[in-house]
Amino acid sequence: MIVTQTRFRGALLDPTQAVPEGLLDGADQPAGRRFAVYRNNVVVSLTEALQVAFPLVYKLLGAQTFARLAGIYVRAHPPSSPLMMHYGAALPGFLETFEPLAHLGYLADCARLDLALRAAYHAADAPALAPERLQCAPEALVGMSLALHPATRIVRSRWPLYDIWRLNNEADAPKPRAVAQDVLITRPEFDPSPHLLPEGGALWLESLASGQTFGAAHDTALAAVPDFDLAQALTLALQTSALTDDKTKDD
Amino acid sequence: MSNTMKTVAIVGAVAAAMTAQVTTAQAAAKEKCYGISLAGANDCAAGPGTTCAGTSTVDYQGNAWTLVDAGTCTEIELPAMADGTPRQGSLEELDRDLPA
Repeated sequence: MIVTQTRFRGALLDPTQAVPEGLLDGADQPAGRRFAVYRNNVVVSLTEALQVAFPLVYKLLGAQTFARLAGIYVRAHPPSSPLMMHYGAALPGFLETFEPLAHLGYLADCARLDLALRAAYHAADAPALAPERLQCAPEALVGMSLALHPATRIVRSRWPLYDIWRLNNEADAPKPRAVAQDVLITRPEFDPSPHLLPEGGALWLESLASGQTFGAAHDTALAAVPDFDLAQALTLALQTSALTDDKTKDD
Repeated sequence: MSNTMKTVAIVGAVAAAMTAQVTTAQAAAKEKCYGISLAGANDCAAGPGTTCAGTSTVDYQGNAWTLVDAGTCTEIELPAMADGTPRQGSLEELDRDLPA
């Protein structure tokens, strides 16, 4: 009897299915117990991959709860690509509808932050925008286009996402405040790091990324957040290498 | 706000941000330093399916790196090797202390 790949794969991820018949070991003996070992290893190794990929979620849930969550997630969302460094992209959405952890409303955003940090790590290199580039005539400045660095990520949240990250990564960090926080992730050197965006900062950066000029992006942010502080947002963006030079627009 | 006022606001903000750059520039530059990590403690944030983080298996492994403050790599004090040859950190991969 021939075992189809579909049958083999189905049984691999579903412990309630019987071991596919017709599997033989090297001595032509039925290899049912070997399949059980394989079935276990697939789930355990994917669980470990998620644990490495989502350090903040792991820390918040603890080993036991995380393993239970992972056991369900990896069966619902097995890898679609052999590149394990990108595994887990569907976890934030999964957490949003996962009833047993619904009381931790911020968990999905924490997973988004973990994903964004990892994506930033694997993003392409590019030179950071040199601050001197902004030293030009006022009209040129207002009409200037700036692009986000390929490693820059923005995670918007209605939870104190930055404070939650800090509490779990820094000694003596203050307790999270009851505010919504948008997080900027940049990779100025080799490792990505999260930064707290001032109010309106996320919209300002997204406007720049969508192709709006320096002046227009400022207008957009001001329209949404009347006391948007451009100096503060720009200082953060320059200090963290969030921007790159978009030479195609003005040369 | 009139266009002139907006332009003034933008120019002012840029000036303020530039001033802030001067005071913090280069304060936190880091570089990769090879040959200084203790076994299993080399840096990496690449995630699952990669083989870099914490995978060095011997102390001061020559092809494993740790981020250090720029300019300090070759100054870090390391114990000499078993045969008495002094060890030094390097900005390039080294062929000493490789796992067997």
